[in-house]
Amino acid sequence: MEKFTVEASIENLPLVTSFVIEPLEEKGCSMKILMQMELVIEEIFVNVANYAYPTGHGMATICRDFEDTPRAIELTFIDSGIPYNPLEHEDPDINLELDEREIGGLGIFLVKKTVDEIHYEYKDSQNILTIKKLF
Amino acid sequence: MEIQKELNGTTLVVKIIGRLDASNAQELTKELNASFNGVKDLIFDFSGLKYVASAGLRVLLMAQKRMNKQGSMKIRHVDETVMEVLEMTGFADLMNIEK
Repeated sequence: MEKFTVEASIENLPLVTSFVIEPLEEKGCSMKILMQMELVIEEIFVNVANYAYPTGHGMATICRDFEDTPRAIELTFIDSGIPYNPLEHEDPDINLELDEREIGGLGIFLVKKTVDEIHYEYKDSQNILTIKKLF
Repeated sequence: MEIQKELNGTTLVVKIIGRLDASNAQELTKELNASFNGVKDLIFDFSGLKYVASAGLRVLLMAQKRMNKQGSMKIRHVDETVMEVLEMTGFADLMNIEK
């Protein structure tokens, strides 16, 4: 398992993306999965960057692990910010008329629709969000 | 991301090239807010758009709500990957989209 720790700020999104996408590319992952993973990383990391540390700066750690049969990537996003379980967020109602559509909740909804597994736990004062995607 | 705007009478064509994500969604919001006045038909040309994240979707929603009050909005030439995101979120049904 590889670990990568950066300050949780949007400017670091490209670094986090490379950390995940490059090994996937090396493994010959399809373009479609690569784009989906890019979206997943952006939505999760941007959420942490925007909301985990409302009073200042903090770090985020991303753990990356691969499985062989079936081929899958497992990513764990860890931060020490305010406790927040994104999976408790109610899914946006995608059947609502335009004027009733809300602006929020779309990011995590996209993540949930895209990954094969997703778990959240709060442990040792850390938010730990794990996703798994078959590829 | 590159934004190209072309105003013809009351029709504004906005071409977005590259990626529309959390790092630049605000830039597009600003560009649009500076351009909405007097526009009756807003057309997004997505032929050069390869990636959209939720931050970009929020801008589209904002633009659609605004255009509903003053005219119409259409999205043209949508890439397959981008279309998938629009479909997943139900945006494809809310907006006038030509592939």
